[in-house]
Amino acid sequence: MIKHETIEKNIGLMVLLIILVISGGGLAEIVPLFFSTSTTQPIEGMRPYTALENEGRDIYIREGCHVCHTQMIRPFRAETERYGHYSTANEDVWEHPFLWGSKRTGPDLDRVGGRYSDDWHRAHLYNPRDVVPQSIMPSFPWLFENRITGSDTAAKLKVMQKLGVPYTDEQIADAQEAVSGKYEIDALVAYLQALGKTHSEYSNKR
Amino acid sequence: MSSFWGAWVTVITLAVIFGCTLLLFQTRKSETFKESTDTTVGHVYDGIEEYDNPLPRWWFQLFVATIIFGLVYLALYPGLGNFKGLLGWTSHGQWDEELQHAEEVYQPVFAKYAALSIEDLQSEENKSGLQMGQRMFANNCSLCHGAAGTGAYGFPNLTDDDWLYGGEPATIKQTIANGRTGGMPPWGSVLGEEGVRDVASYVLSLSGRDVDPDAAQRGETQFQALCTACHGQDGKGIQALGAPNLTDDVWLYGGSFEAVTHSIRNGRAGMMPAHKDLLSDDKIHLIAAYVYSLSHN
Repeated sequence: MIKHETIEKNIGLMVLLIILVISGGGLAEIVPLFFSTSTTQPIEGMRPYTALENEGRDIYIREGCHVCHTQMIRPFRAETERYGHYSTANEDVWEHPFLWGSKRTGPDLDRVGGRYSDDWHRAHLYNPRDVVPQSIMPSFPWLFENRITGSDTAAKLKVMQKLGVPYTDEQIADAQEAVSGKYEIDALVAYLQALGKTHSEYSNKR
Repeated sequence: MSSFWGAWVTVITLAVIFGCTLLLFQTRKSETFKESTDTTVGHVYDGIEEYDNPLPRWWFQLFVATIIFGLVYLALYPGLGNFKGLLGWTSHGQWDEELQHAEEVYQPVFAKYAALSIEDLQSEENKSGLQMGQRMFANNCSLCHGAAGTGAYGFPNLTDDDWLYGGEPATIKQTIANGRTGGMPPWGSVLGEEGVRDVASYVLSLSGRDVDPDAAQRGETQFQALCTACHGQDGKGIQALGAPNLTDDVWLYGGSFEAVTHSIRNGRAGMMPAHKDLLSDDKIHLIAAYVYSLSHN
């Protein structure tokens, strides 16, 4: 048996043993997921986000929406009654980065698409108190003033394509035209309305 | 999980547990469970030495307990690759059980009220049915229509018995289930700015507001030519189209002169989402009963 002293006095040996100890969990829990179809194959019939929705997703990240809103419905009745079918890994294989979040200050948004009208989202994002008096969500009035140029939209889609999202070359070529001149609010609302609507495998009736 | 990865997980998990056990027992000192010892670890700093005391018994036993807990857990629950665990537990299985339990508890209640008409649900003895409707309204509808159903700018007030698409029980249910898409085209380019103001004057006069009579008269001619297909010759609207009554001084987008000219100039597009894919028929029935009660009690 190696003596405590031997390990403490040989930093290389200690590093090696530490790596060995902490890699056990990762090797058993993480590595197999890279080779499992349930985590690498998209759910049946899923479409990627459009160029506008993808821009909206970037605004969602920029404004930090994921800090207060999760996109992860857990398999408990209390959650599925409120938000719809629980989330599964094969719905998120094209999410780079994923926006599951880890804390809910506001409600989960994984299947918010289609639940409210575009007008409601616009009113709500301009000033949440106008439609939900007790809301503590911040207002985002600048989204109604800033326009998207789309100068880097094609590049963004190209990166997604490299990461395995099946964008066609045609979609990438048309990307700038599809978003140019739109207000940021248009992109964000398009993204929110697409959440949970990119495939129709699950029943959300409750 | 393929059998290779199943074996991978099993081997690594058991190897880690075995390794921890080995480490624990290999490093246990021969003087284990003696409270103290005279031997030191050997180093001296400023004359201070450190006794090489054995791990206290309770501490050692805690380690052993966690190892036993881990093994029992892995036997009962799915953890070792493709082994399902002796309890056969799955997260979606637990979810199914929760749903089944809820179905048994709540379905008889929903069924009882589903058998009653929306008019019958208004009676005092079925009050708890309406209360259920009220809670589901709060969860699903109040974000747009307000907690009391009084609406907001662009979202109809449900308490005033003034209906865009009709307030019959069946119509309310249809509105909730299928949603509504209202659209008024923009008339700014057709009427011109002068024409927009004339028509707005006429429309406001229908609700008995004080307006410039000449402008209202000019507006009436335009109104009769362009607006009657949806709003009717008398301006009282057509519920089948969701075209609002313009004579009752109830305004979805505000009743000021500016707001009305804005509606005429730029048009309006209102939309209520369909709920038939979100809520069961029985729930829609109770929500409709509650909405009906808002203007009938």
